[in-house]
Amino acid sequence: MKLRKKVYMTAGYNTISLGTGRKEFHPKKQRPGLEHYIKEAGVAVLEQIGGAKNVDEGVISNFIAARFNKQANLAGFMPYIDEGLKYKPAVRVEGACGSGGMALTTSIKSILSDTADVVLALGVEVQNTYKAIYGADILAQAGWQKKRKDGHAYFFPGQFSDRAGAYYEAYGEDYARKGMAKWFALMIENARLCETAQEFHNKTPNLVDFHLANKPNGRFFVDNLNVFDCSKVSDGASAIAVVSEEGLAKIGVAKKDAVEIISFAQVEDDITKDPENILELSTIKEAVRQALTDAEITVDDIGTIETHDCFTIAGILGVEAIGLAEAGKGAGFVADGNTARDGKIPMNTTGGLVGWGHPTGATGIHQAVTIWEQLTGKAGAAQITLNANKPYGLTVNMGGDDKTVAVIVYKKG
Amino acid sequence: MNYLEKLQNVSVLGAAGKMGSGILLLTAVEMADQSLLPENKDKHFVLNAIDISSEALEGLMKYLKTQVTKIAEKKTILLRKLYADRRDLIENFDIIEEYVFDVLSIVRPSTNMEVAYNSNIIFEAIKEDPALKVKIFTQIKNNNKNNPWFFTNTSSIPITNLDRDAELDGKVIGFHFYNPPAVQKLVELIKSENTLPEVEEFAYKYAKNLRKKVVPSNDFAGFIGNGHFMRDALHGISEVQNLCDDNSLAKSIYMVNKVSQEFLVRPMGIFQLVDYVGIDVCHYIMSVMNPYLEKENLHSKLLDAMLNAGIKGGQYSSGAQKDGFLKYEKGRPVAIYDLDLNKYVEISEYKEEADKQLGKLPDSYVPWKATLRMRNKNEVFEKYFADLGQMDTLGAKIAKKYNAKSNEIGKQLVANNVAANQQDVNTVMLTGFFHAYGPINEYLK
Repeated sequence: MKLRKKVYMTAGYNTISLGTGRKEFHPKKQRPGLEHYIKEAGVAVLEQIGGAKNVDEGVISNFIAARFNKQANLAGFMPYIDEGLKYKPAVRVEGACGSGGMALTTSIKSILSDTADVVLALGVEVQNTYKAIYGADILAQAGWQKKRKDGHAYFFPGQFSDRAGAYYEAYGEDYARKGMAKWFALMIENARLCETAQEFHNKTPNLVDFHLANKPNGRFFVDNLNVFDCSKVSDGASAIAVVSEEGLAKIGVAKKDAVEIISFAQVEDDITKDPENILELSTIKEAVRQALTDAEITVDDIGTIETHDCFTIAGILGVEAIGLAEAGKGAGFVADGNTARDGKIPMNTTGGLVGWGHPTGATGIHQAVTIWEQLTGKAGAAQITLNANKPYGLTVNMGGDDKTVAVIVYKKG
Repeated sequence: MNYLEKLQNVSVLGAAGKMGSGILLLTAVEMADQSLLPENKDKHFVLNAIDISSEALEGLMKYLKTQVTKIAEKKTILLRKLYADRRDLIENFDIIEEYVFDVLSIVRPSTNMEVAYNSNIIFEAIKEDPALKVKIFTQIKNNNKNNPWFFTNTSSIPITNLDRDAELDGKVIGFHFYNPPAVQKLVELIKSENTLPEVEEFAYKYAKNLRKKVVPSNDFAGFIGNGHFMRDALHGISEVQNLCDDNSLAKSIYMVNKVSQEFLVRPMGIFQLVDYVGIDVCHYIMSVMNPYLEKENLHSKLLDAMLNAGIKGGQYSSGAQKDGFLKYEKGRPVAIYDLDLNKYVEISEYKEEADKQLGKLPDSYVPWKATLRMRNKNEVFEKYFADLGQMDTLGAKIAKKYNAKSNEIGKQLVANNVAANQQDVNTVMLTGFFHAYGPINEYLK
């Protein structure tokens, strides 16, 4: 969608992504709940924008707290962040792992409709409440429930294992695994530069070899992926302020400290249908096409991308769907280092879902926060050097198996 | 022998005990897995959990629920296939819950031994008391029309004697699990002089389905595992006596325990192991073995004295270690019982001096745990023991003597025809006692 007025994002914040890998995580130790993460991220954004009085509306994204935490009606946690949000409008949005992107597009639409100048967009998920074997059931609700019975015990790893298997068959397994191993290695290396990342403490040497040495084994997991091909089970929240030009003035943030939203596309595919082409993330491809068309730019104008690598194979297929490589060439494109932080197109510069973590309902917002940090020079140790000729950033957030997709194009404000 | 037919009605005696509960768990899971195979859908399985304590049986059912849930969580991929035709079971949650229910439905807890009168297989894991075992076997045999087979978990009583005294006509076999049965991979299999081939055949198939490693042992009291352990422990006690001339009892125990754990690179020191098994249990096993040994006297006055002082070791039902020779805090030894003083003496009081007397470990020392995953374990031990061999410290001397004794005990088990070969002795110590290397080794030659 082309925007009828200027919209900005600023004042982003991520909590840590807590789960296996973090030193402070122990499965048997009590952990903070939803409220903790919502409050931490919410308060951190309010501090940067002059407090709750400046907020007109809240949008909270979450996939499935009703099951992970036995909690619904999450909009009610907005005033819990700050009393100043009491009696202000708030809405909760859900699009599985694409919920965060949906919160951003919903917030943008509030600005465009002139009903708000400052929207607090906040995503949260707390998933370590169940063992992985049960978490897999809960996450499976991102697919069509009628397919659950015949699906894999680890439903989504099973879905993407099938995609990986098809990719192996079409383009060669060793070739594909090398690309996937490189994707994993790059994500861990990037995460080591970001203090909030779940893999921040990761010290494993020779990551590519390490990944390749762990052969997929369908007896214990899925046929075509190992556990390092998968994103993390994470607890965490991310938040950002979505504002109009007037809003920026109101909260006292300079344009240089914000990113401007150039275009966005939020698209849906039929959840009851199998992928038309298992070798392609067709919905992402369409959403990227729409967003780039509306922004009147090409993929070559983009300086950094955050894409939805819930699995390494989704990272590779994402590279192809975005248009960085032709079908079947994505694995090679990644293996050659093109997506590294100093490569042709730096991707997932704080580790993505594989390295930073994947608190599902927060992920889309985490992506936006990373792009905001990179484009405004606030990424700290993870800061990349941007090419002045490529001033745009891009986020791709996906819910389910390529069903709910939000793509946003950003530019430094 | 029809494996499935036999397996359809089994009784476990002493089902709520430490060994019995593990045996019951594994058997219940095996029965449930068999019942879920498409070809067995019409078959009916019964597993009687028999124990004298009703309260303990209640605890057993809770233990089973927890453990079966864990097992189901680990094999959900397989279970989804086994329950594929149950369209009502959709999520892993549903499938795991159903499996736990199916396993527990096979189990019939009872305090009445009469329920065993309908069983084909009787698994016995009661007290290590030959007379009691014979009495119960006889009673069941006389009342059971199915000609049941008896599987005994004894770790020390000769099977031939049980067979003869209970007049079982070869329908008996020693099936010795290691503690805890659900975890330990080893089973010692002991035939009596008359054990029927079909009983042995069933035992092998059952062990294989439980994914256990079978080491056959000949029918000598104590078999391979306790045959080694009891003598190894007595050697440790004799070393304590040597040290006692110049050191306090507590300090001497500390030193031998340290040498047997660290210098010998074992999972725990010999006195900690005695505590783990139970001073009373070790004492009892020796007294059971002793009458069958002609040239040897397996007996320790130190163990007698500890029991007289009311100190038994062993574990709480939670699995936590009770105080024995050593006093434990959060599983770690903090003090040692000194019979001369009738109290526990803090290790910190003599540790420094004792460590100094023993001397340092060789630089090539690697702790036991670190050796387990090493691919070049043999090389590591060759280097370590070569270095140890060069040393003349007190610690090294005791360790070298200890290793030689352990070696000798192992070889004696083969010479006396308890074990078929040296490899079997080493396998038992490696898998049943979690040693990192076998007692029969050439490291110090």
